[in-house]
Amino acid sequence: MSTSSAPQPAPPAPLVEVAGLRVRFGGRRAAPVVDGVSFSLARGECLGLVGESGSGKSVTARTLAGLTGQGAVVEYERLAFDGQDSGRFSESAWRSVRGARIGFVMQDALSSLDALRPVGREIAEPLRLHAPLTREQREEKVLALLESVGVPEPAFRAGQYPHELSGGLRQRALIASAIACDPDLVIADEPTTALDATVAAQVVELLQKVKTADRALLVISHDLAMVSRIADRVAVMRAGRIVEQGPTEEVLRRPSHPYTRELLAAVPSAASRGARLSPAPAPAARPRASTRSRQRPAPGTVLLRAADLTRSFTGADGVERRAVDGVSFTLAAGETLGIVGESGSGKTTTARIVLGLERTDAGTVALRDRPWSALSRAEQRDERRNLQVIHQDPLASFDPRHTVERVLAEALRVARVPRGPRRRERLLDLLDLVGLDAGMLRRRPAELSGGQRQRVAIARALAPEPEVVVCDEPVSALDVSVQARILDLLRDLQRDLGLAYLFISHDLGVVHHLSDRVLVMKDGAVVESGDVEDVFTRPAHPYTRTLLNAVPRLTTTGD
Amino acid sequence: MTIAPSVSDALPEPASAPPPGRARAASAAAWLRSRRPRVGTVLAVAFLVLLVVAALAPGLLTSQDPLAPGGGPGFLAPFRSPAHILGTDQDGRDLFSRLVHGTRASLEMGLGATAIAVTGGTVLGLLAGLGTRFTESLVMRLVDVVLAIPELLLALVVVALLGAGTVDALVAVGVATIPYYARMVRAQTHVVRRSAYVEAATALGLSRSAVIRRHVLPNAVRPLMVLAAIGTGTAIGVGASLSFIGLGAKPPAPEWGSMLSTAVPFISNDWALVALPGALITLTVLSVTVAGRALKRHSEGRTGR
Amino acid sequence: MRAARLARRLGWRALAGVGVMWGAATASFFTLHGTAGDAALSTVSGQGADPTRAVLDQVRRDYGLDHPLWRQYTDYLGRLLHGNLGESYQQRVPVTHAIAGQLGGTVELAAGAVVVALVLAVGVGVLTAKRRRRWIGAASSGGELVLASMPTFVIGLLLLLVFSIGLGWFPVSGQEGLRSLVLPTFTLALPVAAILAQVLRSELEDVLEQPFVLTARARGMRDAGVRFRHALRHALIPLVTMSGAVVGWLLGGAVVTESLFNRQGIGQLMLTATTNKDIPLVVGVIIFTSLVYVVVNLVVDVAYTLVDPRVVTL
Repeated sequence: MSTSSAPQPAPPAPLVEVAGLRVRFGGRRAAPVVDGVSFSLARGECLGLVGESGSGKSVTARTLAGLTGQGAVVEYERLAFDGQDSGRFSESAWRSVRGARIGFVMQDALSSLDALRPVGREIAEPLRLHAPLTREQREEKVLALLESVGVPEPAFRAGQYPHELSGGLRQRALIASAIACDPDLVIADEPTTALDATVAAQVVELLQKVKTADRALLVISHDLAMVSRIADRVAVMRAGRIVEQGPTEEVLRRPSHPYTRELLAAVPSAASRGARLSPAPAPAARPRASTRSRQRPAPGTVLLRAADLTRSFTGADGVERRAVDGVSFTLAAGETLGIVGESGSGKTTTARIVLGLERTDAGTVALRDRPWSALSRAEQRDERRNLQVIHQDPLASFDPRHTVERVLAEALRVARVPRGPRRRERLLDLLDLVGLDAGMLRRRPAELSGGQRQRVAIARALAPEPEVVVCDEPVSALDVSVQARILDLLRDLQRDLGLAYLFISHDLGVVHHLSDRVLVMKDGAVVESGDVEDVFTRPAHPYTRTLLNAVPRLTTTGD
Repeated sequence: MTIAPSVSDALPEPASAPPPGRARAASAAAWLRSRRPRVGTVLAVAFLVLLVVAALAPGLLTSQDPLAPGGGPGFLAPFRSPAHILGTDQDGRDLFSRLVHGTRASLEMGLGATAIAVTGGTVLGLLAGLGTRFTESLVMRLVDVVLAIPELLLALVVVALLGAGTVDALVAVGVATIPYYARMVRAQTHVVRRSAYVEAATALGLSRSAVIRRHVLPNAVRPLMVLAAIGTGTAIGVGASLSFIGLGAKPPAPEWGSMLSTAVPFISNDWALVALPGALITLTVLSVTVAGRALKRHSEGRTGR
Repeated sequence: MRAARLARRLGWRALAGVGVMWGAATASFFTLHGTAGDAALSTVSGQGADPTRAVLDQVRRDYGLDHPLWRQYTDYLGRLLHGNLGESYQQRVPVTHAIAGQLGGTVELAAGAVVVALVLAVGVGVLTAKRRRRWIGAASSGGELVLASMPTFVIGLLLLLVFSIGLGWFPVSGQEGLRSLVLPTFTLALPVAAILAQVLRSELEDVLEQPFVLTARARGMRDAGVRFRHALRHALIPLVTMSGAVVGWLLGGAVVTESLFNRQGIGQLMLTATTNKDIPLVVGVIIFTSLVYVVVNLVVDVAYTLVDPRVVTL
């Protein structure tokens, strides 16, 4: 069976047909990862497969290209590519289809391109395998492809290695290699994840061009909003099943399945301000002043004052760059100050300076009008109890040897809670505060889910009864429904404990949802600041406008 | 063209619990798999226990004198005489007894040399990892110099200076392997010091000394134990090599390496005199390595990385 | 830009190499200094005479022991720079001559062993890593584990037992012709091959899981192409960084192998020098091997930057 023959007239049947697809790993009796999935995809159409991690969307996509993996058991009622039973393709038949008729854009361009080869050679690879071209013709074609995916200076870029390219250019190069042989089907797995919003918007534009009249596009993503920008139809996956599918507009406007509604409601945005994101009802307000050993500051008291923070680093190339450049702000009791910016904007360095983990070249950080630099080491340690932090990757922030109990006990030790029944009581209290039960105490963080880990991290941060909590991208590694629960928790805690948050995120929706005031950072400097509604609805700075335009928005949330 | 949504499974997910029961079942199976030791590990540990018995109480395994010559005819092949189950050597000594009595020397060599290496390596590694930049570069340049000299050749230098003998060989092997442990401890100390959990402890308000005591030291030294277990096997091999080239234990003392070296001239007469001690050395090193790797898997499994 | 950074990096490495050599020389000096007196005494008393004070003073002058320590040290470094490693107590010839005379045999042996070890390790690693039939990988990794656990002399004796005594294919010892080189070469190569194959396999199993490998398969590449064109280069990187250790294993193994097969070479030279307590010769061999180590590491560093483009820019 040869597929490299002359183009056939477009068949009436859809390009891809899947019915009753079931995939298991580890034997016929293992629980299926993909559990009865059915859909079809025609030329000129784009289907978005949306789901959270572990929903089986990537496995489904790989099965379409015969790349399910070793040890997979694939069952189906129908699995067809261009009218042929692709479930019965031999390995050599698959090889002539892959790359030639199905182009695959894998997740994470940096690790999906061979780090030891120039990108030009990676793009040329499918041509070398499938197209009868001479070396010169291939090189010409590679340049044309780079040009067509919007890579400037293609001749120069073709000779560069993946690590020398920016995230956006890498993603473009990967797409170029997928469309090199002009395939009938392009599968893109999380094509915009880990890209800055402005870059992601450009990649989405590129993907819109990849979908042509006689080519089908399958986009896989956790991001419903991004998919809604490209897809004609969406299928929502959960736990190996498609719970809902239909035209994009319809699914977004009138979601029929509760899970879809939950997903839509979970996305934080301007509209969700003040509302709960997760379906769980808000717990009753629990004022905890009684358990607090110190006086809570009156609302409006300025707790943290940063003035003219500046920090430069010398890069590997010997050039000095300003990571933070003259940043000033104040944070008052009970309020949330958001800092938004793309990667490299200096927001994390700012947080580290505030926490006293990084020095500042100029300027001061003052806690309750006492500058960090004026404090002795012991005083700094004391002051740290008032200023706690929640990281993006909680697992890395726990000692791998420690159980949850030891993690929290250490924090309470620092908070000078004496060993014994008092500490035990506070420990259970903390768990209760973040919605975990006592059964967690003996587990190690590595055994917990992402959401549970972040709850443990929050509990640890709350142990010394801080007034200010620095949240550095606390939800960016989480699935949207888990993110919703953590954001709700943070809001409840603020209400109950009167915490002030310095909330750092690249996600404008999250910041808009949670913050009272916001700083927009670019290249180390604050370009705009003010009340969150003012800044996000009437941006004064062109960069803020660019950021806001890049955010994919759900046109409607179903009610 | 659209297909009706499949059967609804609209279970409201419990707060941040891992999805359905199958995930829990799968992780339980993985848990069982990770706790159930492999067959090879069990065999290796059993063999090591046997070796320890042979080293501590050789009388339990054999009543023959390993040194008395003329206990039987020379070059008796294995399995010919019930009195000498593995036969006799060139001087008519019981081979089985000599092998059993040789265990102690090998284990002492392995454990002693490793103890020297681990102690020296830990001290130097921590000095470099926690000290000032100056101490660090001083220690590491020293380690570099020692690393530039092959292990066995360095052991030869020590023997040339101290003289040949079991204890000298032990010190020689120990000193020669210090740099590996020193490098490992230093590298690990750096990794741990830069880790997010050490920073988290600092941000929490722990003092520098508490951070080092509670987080840096235990995590920096922990992988060393695994490395030391595997290193013990290597040390046994190197020690036997030194004896084999005549710089360790001296014949007629029962030591596997020197037994082999005295057997070489008779290699065409009696294969068992060469094959059996050789097999025993190999099995010993192999068992230590297999057990060490099991330990490594176990410790990595606990951290979940 | 890239070339400049490469040059700077290599410059630093070369400087570090000089540092290592200086350290080795200093250590050698103190070793020699600490033992020179005894050695002087033993050379004199070795002639059967009862050494008088005058004779001993003469010996001290001959060895330069009457100079202040720093002077002796700088003199020693100066001699080293001119390639003078001193004179062997026992053989009464310059150490450099003694080494040069024995170099050929060891180079022959070690070069052969490197080639055999690499071919075996790469072949076995690439062909057996992550195969659909699990037993292929399990069997070969078991074999590697056994081989890596065998001290060199046990492997040598086993090879002798089977291929010389049993089958009679190769001579038991000696240094005539290629046939006499086969068993020593394999004796030296097998443990190294086993360790390299272990590293290569575990690395390949990691690499074959990487997204770029899946991407290559998604382009329609066949399995062999994926292994050789993409995965192998990545898996070779840790192997390249192990070259220094390999040099050490080969030189250490040469001592045992040459002794076992009764071959001339640096290993035998070192062994005789050790048993005779011929300290200048022992120290000379050590300085020589550190030089080999430093040079090999520099060469490897160049190779490394050629294999991995990330090294220089990162």
